[in-house]
Amino acid sequence: MSETRIKTCVTVNGQSVEREIPARQHLVDFLREDLGLTGSHLGCEHGVCGACQVMVDGQVVRGCLTLAAQTDGRRVDTVEGLSDNGELAALQQAFLEHNAFQCGYCSSGMLLTALHIVRNHPQADRDEIRDLISGNYCRCTGYHAIVDAIETVLRGAGSALAQAKHNGGSR
Amino acid sequence: MKAPNFDYVRAGSVQQAIDELVARGDSAQILAGGQSLMAMLNLRLSAPSCLIDIAGVPGLREIEQVGKTVRIGAMVTHAQLQQSALIADQVPLLAQTVPHVAHLAIRNSGTIGGSLALADPAAEYPAVAVALQANILLQGPRGARSVAADAFFEGFYRTARQPDEILVGVEFPIAPAGRRVHFDELSRRRGDYAMVGLAAALDFDGARITAARLAYLAAGERPVLARQAMAALVGTSADDKAIQAAQQALDADLDPPGDLQADPATKKHLARVLLGRCIQQLRQAT
Repeated sequence: MSETRIKTCVTVNGQSVEREIPARQHLVDFLREDLGLTGSHLGCEHGVCGACQVMVDGQVVRGCLTLAAQTDGRRVDTVEGLSDNGELAALQQAFLEHNAFQCGYCSSGMLLTALHIVRNHPQADRDEIRDLISGNYCRCTGYHAIVDAIETVLRGAGSALAQAKHNGGSR
Repeated sequence: MKAPNFDYVRAGSVQQAIDELVARGDSAQILAGGQSLMAMLNLRLSAPSCLIDIAGVPGLREIEQVGKTVRIGAMVTHAQLQQSALIADQVPLLAQTVPHVAHLAIRNSGTIGGSLALADPAAEYPAVAVALQANILLQGPRGARSVAADAFFEGFYRTARQPDEILVGVEFPIAPAGRRVHFDELSRRRGDYAMVGLAAALDFDGARITAARLAYLAAGERPVLARQAMAALVGTSADDKAIQAAQQALDADLDPPGDLQADPATKKHLARVLLGRCIQQLRQAT
């Protein structure tokens, strides 16, 4: 059976893209292989790890459980686009300061979940942050650094850092 | 892994989706949110000839009150349910359940129709539908029909839906006055598959239980209604003795197969624990 291709028009990081996409190709492969956007990573490829996350119409989704053809007529934002437009800047800085990036494999997906938290759950406490990031695996940090970084941004950059210094380290 | 090759059709209406199902036969599958189907395709556990995407079908994303029920369209996502004031007010058991369904990103794409049609015995909504006596709405080449949830779920990933039918929605009865509800599940990590879970709806007249519905998930090949335990609770005031009797009655109700997460004895123990917590909490609710 020859590979079925489906005409798809999608807006990726603000740019309109029109392609004949293989029906079975998932969104992350399309972004990485066809568009060269390698910021979204391919981990488990069955929806468990979260490394592949992107935003579709402003909502975090699993890139490996979304067919590229399903994004026809929709808006996709990746870690590249959200970095370039500055939306992720405060989170990226906080991740850096708290050493919440280590190997970096989970980071792009984790940042998108973090952005969802900043946008939709600005009052989240540490337990809620942990619950909301529970769909993103990190095998390096033990999560504490990531929770610290997200909390710092939610509470307004600086105040939580000052608090951490005052406590001699918040962990 | 990558999914095997398949055809892909964007249906513009329910009728068009049914026509495609009829024309393509058993090996075509409806694609709703895809949060289970895509994983199965990527793992090559499933190889449909064609996916019929119903995301563009109008009228499947509404949550509305229809008479004494709340009708939920098949393409309503978990996230939509979580944000719905109508669900919170009129189907509170469902509202309590949604946060237990998977993780954030999955909840943004996954749908209630997909979950009900798949009938994973460890999924939350099938148990809630059985507990609340919901009706599953199907449409096919012979017209529309409605199937009681208890009859809809037939077995392990098996339902009363015929291969040429589409699940278009579900109707939940509005909670009556005096109804108290509770959902809880035990999983290794929040959002992961439950080792065992309980969807409960108890009707109280003052302190006395007048009716009880207890549906367990991940405790059998389909949602299991714990009839003996329900009978043990009705007429009591949910005192400790009644809880113990209901917990003992569970022995006759549940015969869970073991899985990777827990063996049958552990599951039965956890089912008793959940029942105890549930009743203790509901008897204090006002």
